[in-house]
Amino acid sequence: MSLYNIFGIAGSALSANSVMLNTTASNMANSSSVSSSTGETYQAKHPVFETLYKSSRMTGTALPGVQVKDIVSAQAEPIKKHSPEHPMADEDGYIYMANINVVEEMANMIAASRAYQTNLQVANTAKQLLQKTLTLGQ
Amino acid sequence: MAISIDKVMQYHETALMLRSKRSEVLASNIANANTPGYKAKDFDFNKALKLATSQQSSNIQKTHADHYSSSGSSDIPVDMQFITPFQAGTGDGNSVDLPSQQTAFAQNAMEYQMSMRFLNGKIKGLMTAIKGE
Repeated sequence: MSLYNIFGIAGSALSANSVMLNTTASNMANSSSVSSSTGETYQAKHPVFETLYKSSRMTGTALPGVQVKDIVSAQAEPIKKHSPEHPMADEDGYIYMANINVVEEMANMIAASRAYQTNLQVANTAKQLLQKTLTLGQ
Repeated sequence: MAISIDKVMQYHETALMLRSKRSEVLASNIANANTPGYKAKDFDFNKALKLATSQQSSNIQKTHADHYSSSGSSDIPVDMQFITPFQAGTGDGNSVDLPSQQTAFAQNAMEYQMSMRFLNGKIKGLMTAIKGE
């Protein structure tokens, strides 16, 4: 029964999108974090999705879900700021702030949250259809 | 007078199987709405139903253990095709149009319930005949 596979497909999308929400939350939380050198500065992290093919026991080959292939760090140049009184300033008096585009992160957050809602709705509909199928003929 | 229960049910049963198959296809498209390079797929329900109902009478004999089984309605063959996107390029090679997939999924869910209602009616009719009330 193909309806069972929907739980796997929608479930994979739920976990992939929650990873995206997690990375977005982490990026936004660190949007004003400061470090003393360019190497230590926080870099924005973004998940890369890929199609997940797997066979299922019930119907042979199931249709693809989605999974997080990798989480890549953005290669943005940290923002260098002259602030000698800052406790984390280096010997030249500079601090390095994470270069995070908050607007982009907000857009990603909305995309991930909408995708999560949509897939949850799909799983819910599949559940309702299966429940109705179980009462067939009663 | 003999009523074949199989014949009474078969059409709607096949329709139900195809509807559930289509909902899986659409769910897969929705799940991959943000996957770079993913191409949306779908199949023509009417064609698939015609194909499935015309093939039901011819049960192919299996002569080897590795042959694909022709019986069992869970593996109804469908002619899967890529959807032509409304928008030519989204930048990441993904061709899923989420709103159209969502509405198609909702419509398909309604049609699944419709098929189920028909099937329920058949069952009720048979029950009435059996009980003779």
